[in-house]
Amino acid sequence: MSLDIFLQNIVNGLSLGSLYALIAIGYTMVYGILRLINFAHGEIFMLGTYFLYYGVLIFHLPWWLSFIVAIVLTAITGMLTERIAYRPLRKAPKISILISAIGVSFFLQNAGIVIFSGVPKSFARPEIFDKMFILGNTRISSINLASTFISVIFLMALLYVVYETKTGLAMRSISTDMETARLMAVNVDRTISITFAIGSALAAVGGILWALKYPQIFPLMGMIPGLKAFIAAVLGGIGNIVGAMIGGFILGMAEILLVGFMPQLSGYRDAFAFIILILILLFKPDGLMGKNVQEKV
Amino acid sequence: MSKNKERLLSLIALVVLAFAINFAEKNLDNYTLRILNLGAIYTTLGVSLNLIFGFTGQFSLGHAGFMAIGAYTTSLFIMPPMYKEMSFIIEPLIWPLSVIQLPFVVALLLGGVLAAVAAIIIGLPVLRLRGDYLGIATLGFAEIIRVVSNNIPQVTNGALGLKGIPGYSNLWWTVGFAVLTIFVIKRLIASSYGRALMAIRENEIAAEAMGVNLTYHKVMSFTVSAFFAGIGGGLLASLLTTIDPRAFMFVMTFNVLIVVVIGGLGSITGTVMAAFLFNFFLEYLRPLEQGFNIGPLAFPEIPGLRMVTFSLLLLIVIIFKQDGLLGEIEFTWKGFFSFFDRFRSAEGGKM
Amino acid sequence: MAILKTDNITMRFGGLTAVDNFFVELEPGEIVGLIGPNGAGKTTVYNMITGIYTPTENKIYFEDEDITGYKPDKIAKLGIARTFQNIRLLDNLTVLDNIMIGTHLHLKSSLFSAILRLPGYTKEEDELYEKSMELLKRVDLDEYTNDKAGSLPYGKQRKLEIARALATDPRLLLLDEPAAGMNPQESAELVGFIRHIRDEFDVTIFLIEHDMKVVMDICERILVLDYGKTIAEGLPKEIKNNPEVIKAYLGVDLANA
Repeated sequence: MSLDIFLQNIVNGLSLGSLYALIAIGYTMVYGILRLINFAHGEIFMLGTYFLYYGVLIFHLPWWLSFIVAIVLTAITGMLTERIAYRPLRKAPKISILISAIGVSFFLQNAGIVIFSGVPKSFARPEIFDKMFILGNTRISSINLASTFISVIFLMALLYVVYETKTGLAMRSISTDMETARLMAVNVDRTISITFAIGSALAAVGGILWALKYPQIFPLMGMIPGLKAFIAAVLGGIGNIVGAMIGGFILGMAEILLVGFMPQLSGYRDAFAFIILILILLFKPDGLMGKNVQEKV
Repeated sequence: MSKNKERLLSLIALVVLAFAINFAEKNLDNYTLRILNLGAIYTTLGVSLNLIFGFTGQFSLGHAGFMAIGAYTTSLFIMPPMYKEMSFIIEPLIWPLSVIQLPFVVALLLGGVLAAVAAIIIGLPVLRLRGDYLGIATLGFAEIIRVVSNNIPQVTNGALGLKGIPGYSNLWWTVGFAVLTIFVIKRLIASSYGRALMAIRENEIAAEAMGVNLTYHKVMSFTVSAFFAGIGGGLLASLLTTIDPRAFMFVMTFNVLIVVVIGGLGSITGTVMAAFLFNFFLEYLRPLEQGFNIGPLAFPEIPGLRMVTFSLLLLIVIIFKQDGLLGEIEFTWKGFFSFFDRFRSAEGGKM
Repeated sequence: MAILKTDNITMRFGGLTAVDNFFVELEPGEIVGLIGPNGAGKTTVYNMITGIYTPTENKIYFEDEDITGYKPDKIAKLGIARTFQNIRLLDNLTVLDNIMIGTHLHLKSSLFSAILRLPGYTKEEDELYEKSMELLKRVDLDEYTNDKAGSLPYGKQRKLEIARALATDPRLLLLDEPAAGMNPQESAELVGFIRHIRDEFDVTIFLIEHDMKVVMDICERILVLDYGKTIAEGLPKEIKNNPEVIKAYLGVDLANA
């Protein structure tokens, strides 16, 4: 493999990784607070792309406005799923709430098929995203550049919210100990809603960038990227926001490089992430940056 | 009621069931037979998932993977060699699979055994994980099986899948194996081993301190569960006569999970009822998706509506009635007769 | 021969030393107490003996067999049973089932003979049933046989947990705060019950307890743990007057006060 192709792969890997990172954050934030694998997060991501599609193509909103509308609507959907399907089960066994999340996931997928139809819809993205930058022999499409750049901006904004604001403090206190946080007058329900809103908004950003990058959307599109982003979150240490970002970049990069170096294995690309998952769970279940928690006897 | 009397009643019930199957096979139309067959296959799948999830408390999402192993194994061993030669277009089927043809029951059992072997291999490491992590790891395993079956055309015919699988599955086979599954798993549950499994579900640390070997019992439960999932997969393949890797996506496991949760975790009777109800509704709601007319009103076709309904149903059950249709209630002859006694005395009261 | 010997075992979690060079030798038939303030490392000692943790340093011997690093179920099979500080019954199963699970480790029949109900298995199952019923009678819980364990009154739950441990036929029984949450009358009964099972079931008893009355009444020998270190060992009356122990419990140095 020549240096050019290698660089090309790095650029592609960064771009894919940044999207995984954006989605992974929603998983990791929810897990940090509720100890729940929010199975429906991939569908939230899918809905983000459809909100954008309808904004631009049906309501003829300008792109920038469609972006905002899509992000807001997705955030609201995320909050609603928590309110309806997870909150009533907060005291139930953990597995019940996970099953509920799986139910929401399939519900949204099929509701997507009912409402949007199962036929993939294609997107005419703004021309600016079709531009190519040529750096030596490496071609960088503007969408790859933009997605990496936009992701990094949102990730930094998130870190600011979590570590520098009062809401962030409330989130961190709930993830340490929900009951104590409640006693300290943290509004637990409201903070959890905000967490879902932020996680879903970031998934919407990820979805929009995904749709601009691969301009075809369909109701089942959230499944595989969702699972992979979850794997990224586990890889980075679930519950750890910086870990999820790093996990996302590592996974995106690893997938692209696997296909780049060993094209004969490209059919196994989707299995690769799951093999990583099982290995991580077995040998380093707390991930690269997580803390190990054991049941007290 | 004495044990012998109960045994006699069960025997009579089996004979009645045999007559019913005989009648159904001769008189019912193919459409109804297919639904009944699916109900019986889902019984096998659901009861086996209930063993590992409902009774042992280990959240496995790998059922589709074990079904895939059973389905491919059974299909490859019952397809006539000539037919295999014709349908493997991408790459020829490897020897000796290309020349072997076995009786249906042997192929089914082989499928079950291979699924069980896979369960031991995957179970030994992953059953150390708990709760949600176990679920996601077993889901990962099932996805890996699916991706692999997509990528080894010399065995599976790749994405094209297998077509023209002999349709041996009929009520004798599907109900027969459903009865066998229920029999084995009921007996297992009611034995000292079954108590150990429930102890693991209730409190792993206490179970282990009482001398229950966690690894052995979890892997045992997982393996028995996978064995019957493999057989269920084989029966399904022969019923549908065509399979491809997409048939074993996560939604397959989800369907079985719906049956188990709606029927009641830890209730075999509930699972059986839910298995048949699920397939009846799935079929009878089909018109909803295909569009229909009521008088002058034309309803357009709406694909996806059935799964919307079922996922909503699952959500309602899990949110409002977590123990499902029956909770942990099981059918017993004693319960059966006391039910009718109550009925009779109520009638008597009226007179 | 000592039934249990912990040869200066040490347990470290990261930088924290939870138990430091713990040494004890139990003689068959003894009732020995392990006391100390909260967080002194008592339960950690139990968790090492029963295989939940493996000591960071040194070895544990049960009837001269080195059991260090054995898994909990294997240790239970060898003859060490325990109860838990926070009761760990199988709440949704019946009292009888709870006991029968304790007998499962004696089962010799294979899974196949259990599923096929071969005569060898049914005979064994009948024996386990008889044995469990008899045990329930001996500990006076037979009136609750078919009740769900979780529905029992608190004191009975503690008793059931001890009975379940006895169902494994242990030669050494570890009781983790058996009197916790009991009123004075219940704990007085408990003292009688523990003596009774020592004589009747021929077991050695090693117990952790905070209720000083129970400890002083029942134990023939006491060890005191503080910050993971054994600070005193001796007869109950010696322990009662040991200034080190009083200091550990009250946090003041009476000798120099």
